[in-house]
Amino acid sequence: MASLPYAAGVVAGLGGAWIGIAGMLGSTWTVRIESLVPLGGLELGMDPLAGLFLALVGVCTAGTSLYAVGTAGEPGDDPAAYLAFVGALGLVPLAANAMTFLVAWEIMSLASWMLVLNRRDDRTTQSAAWVYAVMTHVGLACLLAGMLLLWAHTGSLRFADWAAAAPALAPSVRGAAWLLLALGFAGKAGVIPLHVWLPLAHPAAPSHVSALMSGVMIKLGVYGLVRVSFEWLGPTPLAWGVVILLAGAVSAVVGILYALVDHDLKRLLAFCSIENIGIVLIGVGAAMVFRHAGLEALALLALVAALYHAVNHAMFKALLFLGAGAVVHGVGTRSMEAMGGLSARMPWTAGAFLLGSLAIAGLPPLNGFVSEWMTFQALLQNVRLADPALNLVFVVALAALALTAGLGAACFVKAFGITFLALPRSEAAGRAHEATLAMRLGMLAFALACVLLGLGPTVVVPALGRAAGAVLGAAAPGAWGDLATLRLTDGFAQLSPLAIAAALVVGVVTPLVALALAGVSRRRRRYETWGCGRMLQTARMEYTATAFADPFKRVFRFFYRPVRDLQLDVHPESRFFVRRMAYANPARSIFEEWLYRPALAGLRGAVAQAQRLQSGSASAYLTYIFLTLLLLLVLR
Amino acid sequence: MTAEIVLAVLQVLVVAAGGPLLVGALRTLKARLVGRRGPRVLQPYADLAKLLRKEAVVSTTTSWIFRATPYVLFSTMVVAALIVPLLVARPVLDFAGLVLLVYLFVLGTFFLALAGLDAGSAFGGMGSSREVAVAALAEPTIMVAVLALALRAGTTNLGGIVERFALDPLLAANPGHLLAFSALVIVMLAETGRLPVDNPATHLELTMIHEAMVLEYSGHYLALVEWAASMKLFLFMTLLVNLFLPWGMPVTAAPLAVLVGLLVFAAKLAVLTAALAVLETSVAKLRLFRVPELLAGSFALALLSVLSVFLLR
Repeated sequence: MASLPYAAGVVAGLGGAWIGIAGMLGSTWTVRIESLVPLGGLELGMDPLAGLFLALVGVCTAGTSLYAVGTAGEPGDDPAAYLAFVGALGLVPLAANAMTFLVAWEIMSLASWMLVLNRRDDRTTQSAAWVYAVMTHVGLACLLAGMLLLWAHTGSLRFADWAAAAPALAPSVRGAAWLLLALGFAGKAGVIPLHVWLPLAHPAAPSHVSALMSGVMIKLGVYGLVRVSFEWLGPTPLAWGVVILLAGAVSAVVGILYALVDHDLKRLLAFCSIENIGIVLIGVGAAMVFRHAGLEALALLALVAALYHAVNHAMFKALLFLGAGAVVHGVGTRSMEAMGGLSARMPWTAGAFLLGSLAIAGLPPLNGFVSEWMTFQALLQNVRLADPALNLVFVVALAALALTAGLGAACFVKAFGITFLALPRSEAAGRAHEATLAMRLGMLAFALACVLLGLGPTVVVPALGRAAGAVLGAAAPGAWGDLATLRLTDGFAQLSPLAIAAALVVGVVTPLVALALAGVSRRRRRYETWGCGRMLQTARMEYTATAFADPFKRVFRFFYRPVRDLQLDVHPESRFFVRRMAYANPARSIFEEWLYRPALAGLRGAVAQAQRLQSGSASAYLTYIFLTLLLLLVLR
Repeated sequence: MTAEIVLAVLQVLVVAAGGPLLVGALRTLKARLVGRRGPRVLQPYADLAKLLRKEAVVSTTTSWIFRATPYVLFSTMVVAALIVPLLVARPVLDFAGLVLLVYLFVLGTFFLALAGLDAGSAFGGMGSSREVAVAALAEPTIMVAVLALALRAGTTNLGGIVERFALDPLLAANPGHLLAFSALVIVMLAETGRLPVDNPATHLELTMIHEAMVLEYSGHYLALVEWAASMKLFLFMTLLVNLFLPWGMPVTAAPLAVLVGLLVFAAKLAVLTAALAVLETSVAKLRLFRVPELLAGSFALALLSVLSVFLLR
């Protein structure tokens, strides 16, 4: 009966998705209960954007809960925290005033923190949970300060009032409020350099929770950024858009660079989430810049691209995390160097993971391709901006996005190839078992979503266009072509996803049938891999994940700053007889070394100074109290 | 509609038949340039026929991915052949333009790299790792060069770009265009495994990229892989010819115009092939870790091309 809460999660998720989709299609409602929360009461409101994110939460919750039915009752399982987490996730996009929002936001953070801390005696889990707690509360402090600032200047805690009052606010107040709120939301979204908690916390949680954290929770950071940048604070200055655009470009490239050299399967996926948040933010930032320049249609296109990628990433990242969870379940480790050959023992998981890898690498005809294609098209139209400096910013973002796409494909060749192909690299991998039926069904649901979102953008994009149009306050809903073909901006670009898929299938089937008819494909023999005449093939001859990533480590060594450590134990007779060899080549994190370490050292120094005040003598404390009182009286 | 489908099939046939011919011509030319007689121009067809007749040996280590990859790879090239402007300026089936083309090539590389890992030999992994590294680093150049073209033509639809330049040839004759052309030539050398990035004629394990990745293939699988590789080269050359020298491309699909256009195209392609042969015989292969510098250089060229549009408008 341990699976009962998760069955309830499936139902609740489907219900949430239903309500959310109704909201996307135009149903609006508000709920207000004054007595429940202080300072304005509980207030919920539905509009197309809230509907979109509620639907996202709902669909993901249904899929991950289905998967969790298969893992329920295992050590570290915490269904109560899980249900609190998904409930809060659904509440955040609906919140219509600051108090409701912050309470839901904090429940979301605390519940996910409890889920991260699922193995309490494990040192790495403890430190991951600690870093997560600190970072998420620094973010909360920023949000709180920003919202209080807006309260002080508008006299209201309702978001609708902020949007109405924003144009009259002083630029400095708006700027300060935006900076604080954007920092808080960007921290939750995992934008570089506020990302440090993400690659620690996401892998530590159970896989169905990792899927929700990576798929949905960080998207709510994006949701907040969209709200604050397009609605709450009114028309945005140019600089905000440029900042978001460049932050997105940096996050995308840096995220995927770290993912490439990480060989912990779940941490690789977590780094890759940072990359995808970067791609989403490139779209959001481009929309802000286009809107500032008065190019409404392009702003709409860029924002739709961003929202589409947010939805797509939720689907394929959830799929990949569930697949990784099944692998960890079957093999018992997260290290890719101990995997290999799993496609023979876990064919379902392998198929699902391959589909997710293709989707996340942005390959046609799956969903990642459509949203990356749209983002590219939005960036390519920057010529309509008149300022050469802005054009240059867009070209940089374009190049960053292209590099990200290329590195992403490389990263997922590694993730799938090393994990699932060739010979098992450890005994555990050789004894791996396939996931249970419920787990497979959960993965199947997300795989189906990836295919449908890839084939049906002509249906999805107009719906997203409504949500984005409502946020932008655009008069026209935007023209998106017909059911067969997506057309953007007066024939600038077009895409027929169904035709592409059909052509690819015909391209596969034609040679397959032709060769079969000619009798060619029957002439086939199974034999061992060619190996320069050696007697036996073992897993030690395979390329490892480290070796696969080595070219990237060399090319980008200015970034990774790897420490090469080679220890040779040679025979005393001759140095050519190596008895034992140890090689390590770990990449370092420049963000931790150059940003967080000095900041923490400074903090520690400041705390040490402040410690002097705490002498422990009661008379000194009484003096402090007296002096404070005196000071307050004087100031009065 | 029937005329369009006939044209589409015809265009795929031209690419499929032209690929091996192009590779054969390139080999013969290179041989003559260094004073050898070299193989016949038609030798690649004979090779393909021989491979199709031979038995394929499939490693016991491999999964279904290894067997599916040649078909997927071939399929990406067929779809790419559909959308490239070749017989007429407007591609016969207008799916998605240049960005799709780039991603189709990545799709093929993705599967080929997986197949390289699948057999579990060090060669395959080495080739895969190097191939995806080169492909990833070439990506920014392609997209920025696409931007350079899209900026001048006002669209990313391949047909739109070609039509624009075919109708207004002077537009194509400017230095920014030449910079984008050189950038894409370098990308082509990297993506199709030509000198100085990769040497298609060698099987030396320390240097090979593409050949290492496909080392386990034999029989009809190898035939498909080799055929697809030659089609990729043909498609890249077609793009370079038709995007940057679109003069003489028919804008309408009248049979005579298409035939004349095809002859003009063949002439232009022959010139570019000769240039490629000269280039390949006059440079040495770069060390693997010097390749990123070459690609960075091509990126700089593409960037300059884009900047020239912004600064000269």
